[in-house]
Amino acid sequence: MKENTKVYWKGLEELNQTEDFVKTAHNEFPEYLPLKSEDNAESGPDRRDFLKMLGFSVAAVTLAACEAPVKKAIPYVNKPEEIDPGIANYYATTYIDGSECLPVVVKTREGRPIKIEGNKLSSVYQGGTSVKAQASVLGLYDTARLAKPTIKGKSASWDKIDAEITSSLETIASAGGEIRIVTPSIYSPSTKRALSVFASKFPTAKHIQYDAISYYGILKANQITFGQYAVPSYDFSKADVIVSLGADFLGTWISPTEFARQYAATRKLSAKKKTMSRHYQFETGLSLTGSNADYRVGIKPSEEAAFVSELYNKLSSNKISVSSKKNDVLNKAATDLLNARGKSLVVSGSNDPSIQAVVNEINVILGNYGSTISFKNAYQTFQGNDEQMNTFVDELVAGTVKAVIFYGVNPVYDYYRGAEIEKVLKNTLLTVSFADRADETASLCTFIAPDSHYLESWNDAEPKIGFYSLAQPTIKNIFDTRQAQSSLLKWAGAPSDFYAFVKSTWTSSILNGQSWDKALHDGVLEPGISSTTVEPASNGLDVTAISTSFTKNYTAVNGIELKVYEKIGLGNGAQANNPWLQEFPDPISKATWDNYIALPISYAKEKGLEQGALVKVTNGKSSITLPVLIQPGQAKGTASIALGYGRSKSGKCGDGVGQNVFTWLKNVEGFISTNAGTVTIEPTGEVVKLALTQTHQTLMARPIIQDATLEEYKKNPSAGRFIPLVTNGDGKKVAPAELDIWKDQHHQPNHLWSMSIDLNSCIGCGACVIACQAENNVPVVGKKEVINAREMHWIRIDRYYSSEFEPKETGVYFDGDVVAMEDPSENPQVTFQPMMCQHCNHAPCETVCPVAATTHSSEGLNQMTYNRCIGTRYCANNCPYKVRRFNWFKYFDNGDMFDKNVTMNTSLGRMVLNPDVTVRSRGVMEKCSFCVQKIQEGKLKAKKEKRKIEDGEVQTACAASCATGAIVFGDYRDLNSQVYKERNEENKERTYTVLEELNVQPNVTYLTKIRNISKA
Amino acid sequence: MAKISEKTHFNMSKINILRSVSRTLVAFFIASVATFNTIAQDSTAAAASGADAALIAQGEQLFKENCKSCHHVYEESVGPALSGVTKRRKTAWLHSWIRNSSKMIADGDKEAVELFNKWNKVQMTSFPTFTDAQIDAILLYVENAPKPAAKADPSASSTTAQGQSASGSSNDTLILGIVVVVLILVLVVLTIFISVIKRFLKEKEATLAEDDKELVNQSFDIKKFVSSKGFIAIVSVIFVVITIRACWLGMMDIGVHQNYQPVQPIPYSHKLHAGDLKINCNYCHTTVYKSKSASIPSLNICMNCHTHVKKGPSGSEDLIKQLTDAYEKNQPIRWIRVHNLPDLAYFNHSQHTTVAGIECQKCHGPIEEMEVVKQYSNLTMGWCINCHRETAVNAKDNAYYDRLLKVHEQAKRKGDMTAENIGGLDCSKCHY
Repeated sequence: MKENTKVYWKGLEELNQTEDFVKTAHNEFPEYLPLKSEDNAESGPDRRDFLKMLGFSVAAVTLAACEAPVKKAIPYVNKPEEIDPGIANYYATTYIDGSECLPVVVKTREGRPIKIEGNKLSSVYQGGTSVKAQASVLGLYDTARLAKPTIKGKSASWDKIDAEITSSLETIASAGGEIRIVTPSIYSPSTKRALSVFASKFPTAKHIQYDAISYYGILKANQITFGQYAVPSYDFSKADVIVSLGADFLGTWISPTEFARQYAATRKLSAKKKTMSRHYQFETGLSLTGSNADYRVGIKPSEEAAFVSELYNKLSSNKISVSSKKNDVLNKAATDLLNARGKSLVVSGSNDPSIQAVVNEINVILGNYGSTISFKNAYQTFQGNDEQMNTFVDELVAGTVKAVIFYGVNPVYDYYRGAEIEKVLKNTLLTVSFADRADETASLCTFIAPDSHYLESWNDAEPKIGFYSLAQPTIKNIFDTRQAQSSLLKWAGAPSDFYAFVKSTWTSSILNGQSWDKALHDGVLEPGISSTTVEPASNGLDVTAISTSFTKNYTAVNGIELKVYEKIGLGNGAQANNPWLQEFPDPISKATWDNYIALPISYAKEKGLEQGALVKVTNGKSSITLPVLIQPGQAKGTASIALGYGRSKSGKCGDGVGQNVFTWLKNVEGFISTNAGTVTIEPTGEVVKLALTQTHQTLMARPIIQDATLEEYKKNPSAGRFIPLVTNGDGKKVAPAELDIWKDQHHQPNHLWSMSIDLNSCIGCGACVIACQAENNVPVVGKKEVINAREMHWIRIDRYYSSEFEPKETGVYFDGDVVAMEDPSENPQVTFQPMMCQHCNHAPCETVCPVAATTHSSEGLNQMTYNRCIGTRYCANNCPYKVRRFNWFKYFDNGDMFDKNVTMNTSLGRMVLNPDVTVRSRGVMEKCSFCVQKIQEGKLKAKKEKRKIEDGEVQTACAASCATGAIVFGDYRDLNSQVYKERNEENKERTYTVLEELNVQPNVTYLTKIRNISKA
Repeated sequence: MAKISEKTHFNMSKINILRSVSRTLVAFFIASVATFNTIAQDSTAAAASGADAALIAQGEQLFKENCKSCHHVYEESVGPALSGVTKRRKTAWLHSWIRNSSKMIADGDKEAVELFNKWNKVQMTSFPTFTDAQIDAILLYVENAPKPAAKADPSASSTTAQGQSASGSSNDTLILGIVVVVLILVLVVLTIFISVIKRFLKEKEATLAEDDKELVNQSFDIKKFVSSKGFIAIVSVIFVVITIRACWLGMMDIGVHQNYQPVQPIPYSHKLHAGDLKINCNYCHTTVYKSKSASIPSLNICMNCHTHVKKGPSGSEDLIKQLTDAYEKNQPIRWIRVHNLPDLAYFNHSQHTTVAGIECQKCHGPIEEMEVVKQYSNLTMGWCINCHRETAVNAKDNAYYDRLLKVHEQAKRKGDMTAENIGGLDCSKCHY
């Protein structure tokens, strides 16, 4: 078979073999003693101080050990019936953060929510979760939250604030003064009802909805095309050909967790299913979706109209007259689309109703309505109306609005006219915010009536028509907060018990006689809607109007065009104070703790900009200074900056991280556009280090990723496999497993815990990274330590770039071919590979530990015993996968150095710690344990019930959080387990172990990545 | 049983003979308890024959879970002894009483009110969810329960063992005393003997040879002996060995708090509650069979009984008042934790109680005899591992262990399958 000679690189540092990279690649654990920061280098402790301290502490420890502290055991006075110490309870609720809505199951221990799991009963999400949902549990314990309501920044009682607000509202209402309630999209039936109760009491109250990232263009376009003011539901699982024009549907667009599952279903391959979808992506910056595409083309924001018109013109006889854009890939996409009528999907991330109208028409021509697109279960999560919001700001500025209530929004920060609002808020008679903290908007309001966290509140949601979800409190209010709906009802003079209110909404209009208790238990209710509903017919496309609009708004410009975008971790920045999210490596750039301007390689080269160079970015009106991130795949002549950064009043973790570019969003004919126009970039001459994790723990150009094209796979299922051979004593080439230096094999009589990871369905979203962090008490180390390559995540998603380019000689990587590879690196292929401890059965780490702190278990686990570890780090040096993490510091009870690690340094943050997992101390090694605590729990449950463990019962945190089912975990000794079947029946030929030539026999196997590319 | 041998093991001053004596005793206890157990099983089987064994088993389970904390079959406890209850009362009456006794009292049922008054007006918990079949199963068990004389209560057997071990150690002292007395007597007799001979020989000094004379006149120079090289060497070696040994033992004891017996804010007596009143451990430590923590009882559990029981042994009124006051003020009692396992070790009660079926006393000692609870075992890793090496896994009728048992048989290992054989010594069983 053909050797796979493809070249993969983890980052430009590796591709270009920069000096820093070469140095650190061989030095997994940089040893510069970090205790001294540059500014207090002289005052830091020196060696002698260290020895003195050592001597003293040894003495102190010896003395202290003589007497153990008296520990108290304080039981409940009245034990709640459902709480048993040591046993977790699970409650179904709903994660609602602006437009993201996920039915979740919350794990609580001794009454504390500690972990978010997906709700498997939801047919829409099927147990999948997202990065933000996983991290949201930490937001509950955020010390930046307000502990009491405030009046003009001073704490007040609820009685006082209620009295003042009610009297003020009544005065304003009786004088006919305008009242506005500004919210994000509201899709909770009960909240809508509460708002209407409020509006009936105060008739001048008007409800304004806006979304930080607007989808108004889609709403409007559907109104034009179909007379339906709605966002339809999409079903990617039915699509054979997917064309996305800038829609990051796997990362941030509309309902990414749902789409990820649907998309992965079309990408999975097995002995029984040898077909997969083909995915084209036309976009500016490299998005998560673009990185998964089979074909990807970088386009400028100003070219969006040209590309969509070109595609339309290829499919329709009714042509849009616009300077067309010839592109081979687009031609190919059009051909494929025509061949897959009714089984294709074209989506666009644009907020321009003209573009969306053309996309609608394309889908109509392709007959996709009724199969991959449907208005039956339309989304209700996007109802923001840009025009209304704009009018509201005008009225506010003009002073006609007398009272304004902000609920769940922070327009001073995330609305492009935030500065205007900031100026005039003090002139408004009554300003109220329900924000949970004194954020940018709330701090300017007279009253803050802090809303409870979603885990403390009753709520409901109808994200898609006919799909209901309930939210119940999983903990009593931590602070003296009250949920916003109760406040609204109270001020309207209605009974303020929102539980009763939600229940009455459900019994009267949703349950239809079904049990409330069951609905609450399940968390979801999916009566669906009658299947007889017909898809609306298209009104046709007014090509002349479209042409005019396109010519007007999409003129080719010189200079760098800026696209602003949402990141999968921070999103719109509402959760910016969450350190898990700040330290979450962006799937593409692998950057943490900072915002940056992503620039194409060619531009950086031309201007001599290096990674991390600080540049001043000016958009005509204002300018900001950001470091440069050279991004392969960034379209030529463009730049990208992420939203969600630059918060000033979110709390200590989020404040001052990066720069805010919400102010740079543009209003194009009433629609907020993320195409932010042209910018000028001036180098400041300074260079900073970006906290990138991408080239840490690099795998030194070994054949880690194994991939093939679909055509090759169909011919030979093991296409792309690298099968290593080694020479034995007789000079024969044999498989590495035949040359074994281990005489004794490990035996796993009962269980052999194993994992199979499908590189085809892993989209790289990173929900597993945060799930693992929450489950296993992984500390946050902060920006400086990430720069020092000391991040602690147990699982990382390696992101590899590659191209079809082949080096002259097998095994010669990066030498001399660099120039030839530069072109492909402008728009590389991307592969994601989750990498964690591989639990080798012949583990190299185990043999080198001088104190036997890492050993093999009888169930195939590579065990790490913290209390035995003395921190030699031999194991990490000997680990070929570089998955071991060393505790360089005491991350807990060390608020001076690690104040960002709130889970271990604040008494409130500690509540989120998993009590079944040790908090590791300084000087010990740690790594993925295959969630051994969950394995033990599952085994115990089976033992108590006197039965065998069922497949799927024991899941690691990463496998459970995965929306696409890319990670399969189970017992290999169970011949009916999915992991056994995956390796032996369904995907035998695609299964490979990373670095098979070393014969370390990992318990984690991967399935080759198959791309649906035709080489012709 | 292992604890007896351990006790001897830790008492370093005992000599080997004594150890073997106590071993003999241990062997005797094991043998006797084993006999008890066989008898118990036999008698249960005998009692079950003739009636529906499965029903009785179900009834026993239900009884254990729901009734045992207040009722015993043949003895009075918080509530009356239940033996013969089906003859005393009508079945229908029993059913409604068990389901909702307070309603019957409120309704003024004569029998019910009488019973209520007789038993200090302690209200019986209602079990409205019990089906008729379940109640019948419990009653069937009550009528077929083996007599306590034949029923070897494991806690009782362990108590006996403990008692005997105490008497065993006093036996040891007696034997030691006798040996010492005998030795001293021998010494005295020998000394007298020597001096008599010496005196006799001195009288006949002239007739003795030169060598013998020297021997007779030889005097023991203690100074010379003490300053001799050999003596100093031996003494210093002994000294060094003892010092090192003491240091080693001292170091090994750091963090080991065996016999830790703190004074509690309210001197709660396990002897009274668990011993004399025979309240089941599970009644207060509610999660011991289902959770990793056995749980310290919340005040409302105390108040189940102490709402009515205001008086106990002399002097207890004040203590009970402290308890009820705390409850009324809604303030928890700040008990002092006796068993403090380090955070790095994971221990799960339910694995050991429910799955392995180990009695509480195995680790906690004769808790039912302790006025003040102390840490009975040393709770070191060696102690844990020792038990995992010695104890056979309770794998019978548990499908989880089927494959492991098969492997164990195939491997033809000697003896029963122990926790060690199935990975019970893996680090990650307890450390993660």
